Amino acid sequence: MTTAAKKSAAKSRPVAARQASAPSSAREPAPPYDVEKIRGDFPILRQKIRGKQLVYLDNAATSQKPQSVINAITRYYERDNANIHRGVHFLSEHATEEHEAARSAIQGCLNAAHSKEIIFVRGATEAINLVAQTYGRVHVGAGDEVLITAMEHHSNIVPWQLLCEEKGAKLRVAPINDRGELLLDEFADLLGPRTKIAAVTHVSNALGSITPIRKMVELAHARNIPVLVDGAQAVPHLKVDVQALDCDFYAFSGHKVYGPTGIGVLYGKAALLEAMPPYQGGGDMISSVTFEKTIFNKLPFKFEAGTPDISGAIGLGAAIRYLDGIGIENAAAHEHDLLEYATRKVGAIPGIRLVGTAREKAGVLSFVMEGIHPHDIGTILDQESIAIRTGHHCSQPVMDRFGIPATARASFALYNTREEVDALVAGIEKVREVFA
Amino acid sequence: MADLRDLYQDVILEHSKAPRNFREMAGANHRAEGFNPLCGDRFTIYLDLEGDSIRDISFQGSGCAISKASASMMTQSLKGKTKADAEKLFGRFHDMVTGHEPSNGAPVELGKLTVFSGVSEFPVRVKCATLAWHTLQAALEGEQDAISTE
Repeated sequence: MTTAAKKSAAKSRPVAARQASAPSSAREPAPPYDVEKIRGDFPILRQKIRGKQLVYLDNAATSQKPQSVINAITRYYERDNANIHRGVHFLSEHATEEHEAARSAIQGCLNAAHSKEIIFVRGATEAINLVAQTYGRVHVGAGDEVLITAMEHHSNIVPWQLLCEEKGAKLRVAPINDRGELLLDEFADLLGPRTKIAAVTHVSNALGSITPIRKMVELAHARNIPVLVDGAQAVPHLKVDVQALDCDFYAFSGHKVYGPTGIGVLYGKAALLEAMPPYQGGGDMISSVTFEKTIFNKLPFKFEAGTPDISGAIGLGAAIRYLDGIGIENAAAHEHDLLEYATRKVGAIPGIRLVGTAREKAGVLSFVMEGIHPHDIGTILDQESIAIRTGHHCSQPVMDRFGIPATARASFALYNTREEVDALVAGIEKVREVFA
Repeated sequence: MADLRDLYQDVILEHSKAPRNFREMAGANHRAEGFNPLCGDRFTIYLDLEGDSIRDISFQGSGCAISKASASMMTQSLKGKTKADAEKLFGRFHDMVTGHEPSNGAPVELGKLTVFSGVSEFPVRVKCATLAWHTLQAALEGEQDAISTE
């Protein structure tokens, strides 16, 4: 929006226009971590289920949304709804500005060099498919290799399998040890002359392991191999700096980082994105179309065909601002404390085996109980209004690696408390009673 | 409010810990594998059919307490029965765990299987209770492919 347009917008609706761009939950620097105040920002956490206070420990599946995110989405539909990037009218300009402000917020969150390196997609899954189907289809050929790790989510396995099948290429898998840690030497050995891309997780969704991603990128780059990082479980828990990591692509989902579902991000280095063919064709991704020839739009729009999830992007922008207001380092420290506490408390229960005991972990406590299937644990905890995930967590190869069909997984967010961990421990005791 | 004890009745827990007919059957002439992708339950049902009659039935595999106990008690209640009996019993069992009134036709005695009536209060667990039965159907029909509850 031009300065003149901004002034006129401010004149016609001064209060609303200012509120729209102000981070609603900005805090003073470094306040003590007030988890009760933070919980107050999340309306869903106030409820009781079956008469018992909800204990939500399924954050690795999806996180809850603060009021500021809900408000941003509501406000967009109540006041700003219009199609973007094409209208000359007030609402379209305003919606475009809000949408692009979200992109800038995400650029800041990832410390990307340019906002055009932030591509909006539906989620981490689509981001990975985009890279596999564009960069991958151009650069991976018969006999080539794609390298992943043994703790990928299905979304960072299947897109590469599809590509490898199509091209006659080979999927290679870097192994992990019994703690759930990547074996860096083996990873280095698997980076070969035929490796065209490495696609690796930053934080394992099933185990919680944090991978040594900086070193992995270094090793790959020493052989001129680009690296895609699946950051779906990392962005909610760690400070991510794509320039410091020097990764080539970085994917995450909005809904795991307190934003809405249906929106996510692919970061890519501008030079790579420029050289890649488009993923989908349609409106918005072109600069001119004739029946003879289409000229594609510049970044980031080249990869954003069709009317995007405008409210989703705005909601994600609000989520990133919310997280900024708390401070990712503060949230990470709080979650680390919770994870340590939970590891100690749950690990001490007789018959419990923790699955995933890496030295560097974030957010996730996976476990199995002797003689009790995770599904039964989940049902009994649910009766106590404790929400956890049970199953293979879309990571069947990880389950196979540990020789189990499934785990029970408690996963933490910035609003969880030690009292909730205590409730989980009491719930597990109840499981033991039922199966005694 | 649903009570956990309605779901995890003692008989069910006992069968899940010490399942009956839990063995591979060397002389089986029908078998089928069943899989619940939601929780990773996986069972194989073995049948020794003589004409329409179930001479022997057994199962193997892993799963939650509900699915394992259901498979165990199913094998107990079907030995010596006909294929038609099995179909009728499954129909009645399915009605019970999904909370439906018995379908038309002569009433079928569920006997001990009524311990699974509590499942109807836990809709996400219906698939666990019926996995063995669906797999049985596949085995009776001679299908050798793995079947899934999804």
